[in-house]
Amino acid sequence: MDIGILSWLIIVPLLGMIVVMFLPKNNKWAIRWTATGFATITCIQSFWLLWDYYVNYSGSAAMAYVEGPFEWIPTLNVQYLLGVDGIAVPLLALTGLLSLISIVASFNIQIRLKEYFAFFLLLEAAMMGVFVALDFFLFYVFWEIMLVPMYFLIGIWGGPRKEYAAIKFFLYTLFGSIFMLVSILLLYFNSEPHTLNILEHIQNGSNLPYVLQMVCFIFFFIAFAIKVPVWPFHTWLPDAHVEAPTAVSVILAAVLLKMGVYAMLRISWPMFPEALRACSTYILLLGLIGIIYGALVSMAQKDLKKLVAYSSVSHMGFCMVALAAWSSEQAMAGVMFQMISHGLLTGALFILVGVLYDRAHTREIAAFGGLGSKVPVYTALMVFFAMGSLGLPGMSGFVSEFLIFVGAFGVLNQYLVGIGVLGILLGAAYLLRMVQHVFLGPFNETKWGGLTEINVREILTVAPLVVLTLFLGMYPKPFNILISETMQNLITLMAR
Amino acid sequence: MTEFAYLIPLLQLLSFVMIIFFLRWKEKVSSGLAVTMSVAAWVMSVWVLIETICKYIGAHGAHVEPFEITYYLTVFPKINLEIGILVDALTAMMLLVVSTIGACVQIYSLGYMRGDKYFSRFFAYLSLFLFSMFGLVLANNFFMIFIFWELVGLTSYLLIGFYFEKKSASDAGKKAFITNRIGDLGFIIGLLLIGTYAGTFNYREVFDAVSGGVFPPEVLVVAAIGLFCGAIGKSAQFPLHVWLPDAMEGPTPVSALIHAATMVVAGVYLVARGMDIFVGSADAAFVVAAIGLITSFMAATIALTQNDIKRVLAYSTVSQLGYMIMALGLYGYDTANGIHSPGYYAGTFHLMTHAFFKGLLFLAAGSVIHAVHTNDIREMGGLLKKMPKTGWTFLVASASISGVPLTAGFFSKDEIVAAAAHHPVFYFFTLLIAFMTAFYMWRLCFMTFFGKPRDAEKFDHAHESPATMTGPLVFLGVLAVIGGWVGIPGMTGFSEFVFHGEPYHTHVDWVNILIASSVGLGGIYLAWLMYLKKAISADKIAQTFRPLYLMSLNKWWFDELYDIVFIRPILTLGRFLWTFDARVIDGLVNGVAWFTLFWAEMKQLFDTYVIDGAVNGSGWLVSNLGQALRYLQTGRVQFYTLFIVLMIIVLATFRMLPTGTWLLWTLTFLCAALLLGLIGRRTVTNTAHTESEKQA
Repeated sequence: MDIGILSWLIIVPLLGMIVVMFLPKNNKWAIRWTATGFATITCIQSFWLLWDYYVNYSGSAAMAYVEGPFEWIPTLNVQYLLGVDGIAVPLLALTGLLSLISIVASFNIQIRLKEYFAFFLLLEAAMMGVFVALDFFLFYVFWEIMLVPMYFLIGIWGGPRKEYAAIKFFLYTLFGSIFMLVSILLLYFNSEPHTLNILEHIQNGSNLPYVLQMVCFIFFFIAFAIKVPVWPFHTWLPDAHVEAPTAVSVILAAVLLKMGVYAMLRISWPMFPEALRACSTYILLLGLIGIIYGALVSMAQKDLKKLVAYSSVSHMGFCMVALAAWSSEQAMAGVMFQMISHGLLTGALFILVGVLYDRAHTREIAAFGGLGSKVPVYTALMVFFAMGSLGLPGMSGFVSEFLIFVGAFGVLNQYLVGIGVLGILLGAAYLLRMVQHVFLGPFNETKWGGLTEINVREILTVAPLVVLTLFLGMYPKPFNILISETMQNLITLMAR
Repeated sequence: MTEFAYLIPLLQLLSFVMIIFFLRWKEKVSSGLAVTMSVAAWVMSVWVLIETICKYIGAHGAHVEPFEITYYLTVFPKINLEIGILVDALTAMMLLVVSTIGACVQIYSLGYMRGDKYFSRFFAYLSLFLFSMFGLVLANNFFMIFIFWELVGLTSYLLIGFYFEKKSASDAGKKAFITNRIGDLGFIIGLLLIGTYAGTFNYREVFDAVSGGVFPPEVLVVAAIGLFCGAIGKSAQFPLHVWLPDAMEGPTPVSALIHAATMVVAGVYLVARGMDIFVGSADAAFVVAAIGLITSFMAATIALTQNDIKRVLAYSTVSQLGYMIMALGLYGYDTANGIHSPGYYAGTFHLMTHAFFKGLLFLAAGSVIHAVHTNDIREMGGLLKKMPKTGWTFLVASASISGVPLTAGFFSKDEIVAAAAHHPVFYFFTLLIAFMTAFYMWRLCFMTFFGKPRDAEKFDHAHESPATMTGPLVFLGVLAVIGGWVGIPGMTGFSEFVFHGEPYHTHVDWVNILIASSVGLGGIYLAWLMYLKKAISADKIAQTFRPLYLMSLNKWWFDELYDIVFIRPILTLGRFLWTFDARVIDGLVNGVAWFTLFWAEMKQLFDTYVIDGAVNGSGWLVSNLGQALRYLQTGRVQFYTLFIVLMIIVLATFRMLPTGTWLLWTLTFLCAALLLGLIGRRTVTNTAHTESEKQA
């Protein structure tokens, strides 16, 4: 059995985990750099994959780099089947990059270093696995494995309420997984011969009876919506984000939240076209509520990290609006743009909040003021990403929001979509409030006189994000080409 | 040159990037670079303008195809995002206006900003602004204009809040950005409608779609008003005008460049650019005209009583922008109704002349503030002797804005009055505004430059500004006079040039010219009477019309109104939703968790006491029953005999009873047996006791 690049994407971090576990506990240098090394290899692999896919495979919607199907558990017809298309490839690259960045951003972790990096690499392997698995069983396994390192990363290295946050995160997601499992079993026993192959189910999905489609769709939706998170399943998110260490928040926001949307695009959307049609309006409503609600709640936040966390609720609301407008190419491109863009921008914002927290040991917005004159480079970066987050043209967030609105406006109720546009106003309001309270105004010399400027390592962690944000914002064409065939195919499947 | 017009913005971007990343520490080099680039842009703009004029002259009145390049950023079958360059007469004129003011302001800033902590940064921001503004006027589609629309908003935010350590400055920046965003909501809706129905954002294709009847009428109205909402925000029209006066917190060159001459006219430019859409929808065009008039009137009344020199100019700007918008709106309305109107020409013409004289007024005001270190005109007076260049150029600009004959403002204002002439209400208010404009401008002039100095100390410190500052003033002063001569009535060149699609021939309307200029001169005369000759007491008038005076002084209470109606409710709603989130939604989640735990707890109790209780209970029962039955085994023959006898009796009774009651009897029997056992045990223990006692 040949092992292809997709398997290597999973194996390399796993190997890294094993190597880190065998390193001497006190050699912090070795642990950090070993983890960084393995993450770098994975990152390079994932970007190579992105490039190779763009050059060789983006002209067709078929699954590329397919590995398998190899029999794994023959009695249940469980297969080892991997493959990627235009939806998965960018997310793999995002995972590779953000994992590397998070690992570099974790160099200031002091306690139980070895376990930390081992868990981190395990997490990376699981995330890669979710994006490449094409068998339900495999998918489910990776989906669940991911929870374990996340639970420990929050629960051990987190903030004051880490236990509560970790358990809440774990149980909430697990609660959703149960619905997914039920759905998978329903599909399994309703297929002949019994199969767990996602692609086959997509082909056969439209033949299922309406009621079954509906049940499966809703069950899958609950499982994925918790991950996204869709309002009203979002309350685990602020707790998990606030309590998690910086790098974990970054991964949580940048990659884990994308899994819900990815899973919808990969599984439930093309698989149950009739149910999707019936539910579109409700999905739109949930998305709109998320946008407005998340933005308004952000405005009331006193904690910097919580503000960013709630802004994620608002931004993922845009994804749901786009998903509701599944028949529009602009919206479907917009949802991919939004996923990547949100990963870059929110990831960067969490890193930067962490940078400030490391120095000031507080994240309370009211505690700061006038930092602009003391730490200009840090201020410039933070303002840059805040502007990106509020959808300033020239940056990725604008392209995604604009595409989503253009798409949704064409195919959905225009009055409702018009309400969603309010989100960009509220986004400006809460982000500029934050910028003003933290960076502008008079500077408190006695309190923050000792504050130091962002260092080179920290700048390097956000620099690639700056570049990518600008690239996607100014020149969206390559990315658009990368995903367009896959999206066309998806739309055809959904329109059955 | 026209083919390379995209270099004009890109050079500014280069300047910004170089300064921010590499030259920040070298003030001379960075400012030099920025100024060079803006002068280069000016040269190129003039070149482009000349080329465009030649092209129009060469065509001899035939239709001229504008220069256009398009590049698609996406690969959708339709509604693609695109960027591109469009150079036609309107663009060429805007390029000239922006680059002229841009270059002047950059040179002026060399002197004005000297010694500032963030000197280099200031020039970087100015370069970024010019990049965005050039991009805005060069765009060939609605998507791209929106991009640069937002970017000029960003630079405006950065520059208003340039002195960010001041709370008022950072407040003003935020207010400007957010107020503009409110307008942009409408802009986006307009864009979405255009994209959805026309399937493209390209100007030409959209206009073709409009004239081809692709848009249903009600959609076109909404799209047009949506676009206009963007203009309302950017050009500070009622009801979103509140940000512009506050924007004066920025350094004065910024006020001149962004908040008087260029960025704020972007809204006017947008309406002019999208005129086909407004022509297609008379209702929307009427809304435009009405909003323009309301804004213009309101701002003029506020400007009458302000004492901050920059605020008077700011309200004057709002008022003049309203003028232009009104003229454009009237053009759209009249054209839709088949009436020939000079509105389009008047609006764009006034845009140009206004840029010259208003830019100059702000720069001169900056020079004054630089000299006396106050913004309050009540502390000034008699400054003309101290700073002649500043003073005289200021007076020239004031003459121009008041419409004194033969100045630039005279010609353009004349056309606006002519455009309003068909509509009595508009005509009356247009003249009234012209009168008020002349009055408040000369009130400003007389209080600042004439009379006796009111603050001797400040007056003594005052001095003329350096040549880098007065040079641009003089240059703009010349333009503020001759800049309007291209549009002398009877001359058709300029009007044909910028005119929208078809040639428009201005005719010399002497009555109109007479009325318009006498109204302006009347305003100046009244100001002279009140503030220089003191023949009429301003205080007395303020006393007599106290409510009106207060309304004007407090800017019609817009800020207070918005605070109560919008800002506070939204903040409260945010806080409420947060509580809702924590209490209700998360409360539900935690409630489920709590209930699960409670249920588990209950189960545990059930487990301990009922299920395990049953197990333990049966064990207990067995052992205790055994204990009890043990007492039957007393080992005494008498007891056994008694037991046998009893059993016989019981069994005998059993036989006689009806079968149904056997359970009862079994129980009775068992009880009896137990009783016996206990009696037996008692006997045994008693015996044991006696025996042990005996032994003891």
